[in-house]
Amino acid sequence: MKMKFCSISKKSINTMLLTMLLLSLVLFGAGCSQPAPAEAPAETPAETPAETPAESTLPSLEGQTLILSTTTSTQDSGLLDFILPDFETKTGAEVKVVAVGSGAAIQMGVDGEADVLLVHAKADEEKFVADGHGLQRFSVMYNDFVVVGPSADPAALKGASFANAGEALKQIMDKGASFVSRGDDSGTHKKENSLWKLADMTPSGDQYVSAGKGMGDVLQMADELQAYTLTDRATYLSMKDNLELEIVTEGLDGLLNPYGVIAVNPDKNAQINAEAAQAFIDWIVSDEAQKLIGEYGVEKFGAPLFFPDAE
Amino acid sequence: MDYIADGFKQAFNLLISMDSEVYSVIGLSLVVSTLSALIAGLFGTVLGIYTGLKAFRGKRLYARILYTMMGLPPVVVGLLVAILLSRRGPMGSLELIFTPTAMVIAQVILVTPIVTGIVFNVTVKRGREVYELGKTLGGGHVAILGLFLKELKAELMAAFVTGFGRAVSEVGAVMIVGGNIQGHTRVMTTYIAMNNSMGNYAKSIAMAIVLLSLSFLANAFVYHAAGEEI
Repeated sequence: MKMKFCSISKKSINTMLLTMLLLSLVLFGAGCSQPAPAEAPAETPAETPAETPAESTLPSLEGQTLILSTTTSTQDSGLLDFILPDFETKTGAEVKVVAVGSGAAIQMGVDGEADVLLVHAKADEEKFVADGHGLQRFSVMYNDFVVVGPSADPAALKGASFANAGEALKQIMDKGASFVSRGDDSGTHKKENSLWKLADMTPSGDQYVSAGKGMGDVLQMADELQAYTLTDRATYLSMKDNLELEIVTEGLDGLLNPYGVIAVNPDKNAQINAEAAQAFIDWIVSDEAQKLIGEYGVEKFGAPLFFPDAE
Repeated sequence: MDYIADGFKQAFNLLISMDSEVYSVIGLSLVVSTLSALIAGLFGTVLGIYTGLKAFRGKRLYARILYTMMGLPPVVVGLLVAILLSRRGPMGSLELIFTPTAMVIAQVILVTPIVTGIVFNVTVKRGREVYELGKTLGGGHVAILGLFLKELKAELMAAFVTGFGRAVSEVGAVMIVGGNIQGHTRVMTTYIAMNNSMGNYAKSIAMAIVLLSLSFLANAFVYHAAGEEI
C-alpha cells in the first residue's frame, strides 16, 4: 500500500516536472517570438534623428491604459499589431483594443466606454463630433474596397466597365448570382448600402445573404457559398491564401474608405483617459506613425494595405 | 445606467410591435432546437437504457467518458461539423453548411450525450428493479421498454428538457455552422450576440427576455405534464 502510494507520488512529480518543462518551453517560445514584431518600430528611432522632436511631444504615460475602439478591419488585417508597439514603447501606455463593427465602435464612444476611436464611417464620425460625443476628427489613412467573387465569375464582372461600383453590385443581382452582405451595421455594411443606393435598388431574396458577421467570417462564407461580397482590400489580402475568391471589381468611384481618429469627449465620465487619447492622436498623425502605416503589408503582400493621409 | 432601463423599455416595445424578423428568429430557434432535442432524445433514451442495464467491460470508463461528453463545448462541436460539411470537407458535396439542417446536426451531437448521460445515470440506479418487474410481469423487450418509459417518465422528461435547454441556449455551434444568415439561419442566441456587437442593446435584451421565458415555460410545461409535485 505504502509502496503504491510512493510510486504514485513519484509519478505525479514526474508529471509536474514535465508540465513545468513544457510551460517553460512555451514561455521561452513566446519570449523569443515577441521581440520580432516589436523590433521594426524600436529600430526606427535609432536610425532617424529627425524623430526626436516628435517623440518629445509625447507625454510619458507609464502604467496608464488607453481603450481604443476600432473596426475589425484594422485588427484583422494585422495593422494594429504592427504599429501599436511603437506607441506603447514611446509612451509606456498599454493600449486595449476593442475591435468591433464601426457602428458598435461609435456606440462605445457615445456610451463613454472607450477613450479614442479609429473608425471608417465618415458621415457618422462627423455626426458623432457634431453631437458633442467626440472632440475632433482627424484623417489618418485610407484603404479601398474591392468586390471579390468566385473565380468562375458567374456574374461576369471581370473586365466589365461600370460607371460606378453600385452598377457592379447591381449586375451581380441581375445575373442571379449570390451576394453576402456584412449586415452588421459596420462601416463596410454602410459603404455597401451607399453603393446599392447609387444603383438605385434594394437587394432582397435568397440571392442576398445578410450575415451579421465580421469581415473575415463573411469572406469565408462567400467562399463557401460561391458568392460575391464587398470587402476592404486589407482584410482580403491578409486572408487571400485561404480563399478561392478573386478581386473582380476595383478602383471604381465609391470604393475609397477613409479612416478617422476621434478622442471621446472626456466630459462623459471620469474614467475616460483624455491625456492618453490626445497622445494617441498626436502619435498616429505624426510623420513616423504615418510612415509605419504606409509600410505595413509591403513586405508580406507586396503592396501597402493602408495609405496614410494625415494633414 | 439609463441605457439599461431604456433597453428594457425598448425591448418590451419591440416584443409588442410584432416585428416579423423577431418572430421568424424565435420560430426558427424553436424548430431547430426541438427537432435536435427530439432526435437526440430518441438516440439518448435508447442508448442510455441499454448501456445502463447491460453489464460490460469498461462500463466505468464508459460512464466517465459519457459524463465528460455531456459538457462538450458547443464551439468545438460547431468546428467539427463545419469541417465535415464545408465545401472542401469530406461531406462538402451535400452543400449543407449554413443551413438549418447543419444546425440540427451540430445540436444533435451536442445534446445526445446529455440525454444519454442522464438516462444512463437513472437506469444504473433504478433500472434493475424496473427490469426485474417487467420480467416478473412476463413482458418482452418492447413491453419492458414501455414500462421504462412509464416508470421513469419524470426523469426522461427532465432529460429531454435539459437537452432542449442546452440546444436552444447555445450560440457557439449554431454561429459557426449556421452562419447567422438573416431570414435563413438566424436564431435567438446568434441574434443576441450579433445585436450586442452592433451596439443594439434593446434588441439583445428583448430576445434575452424571450429566451429566458421560453426556457421557463418549457420547464413548467414538462414538469407539470410529468406530474411532479414541486
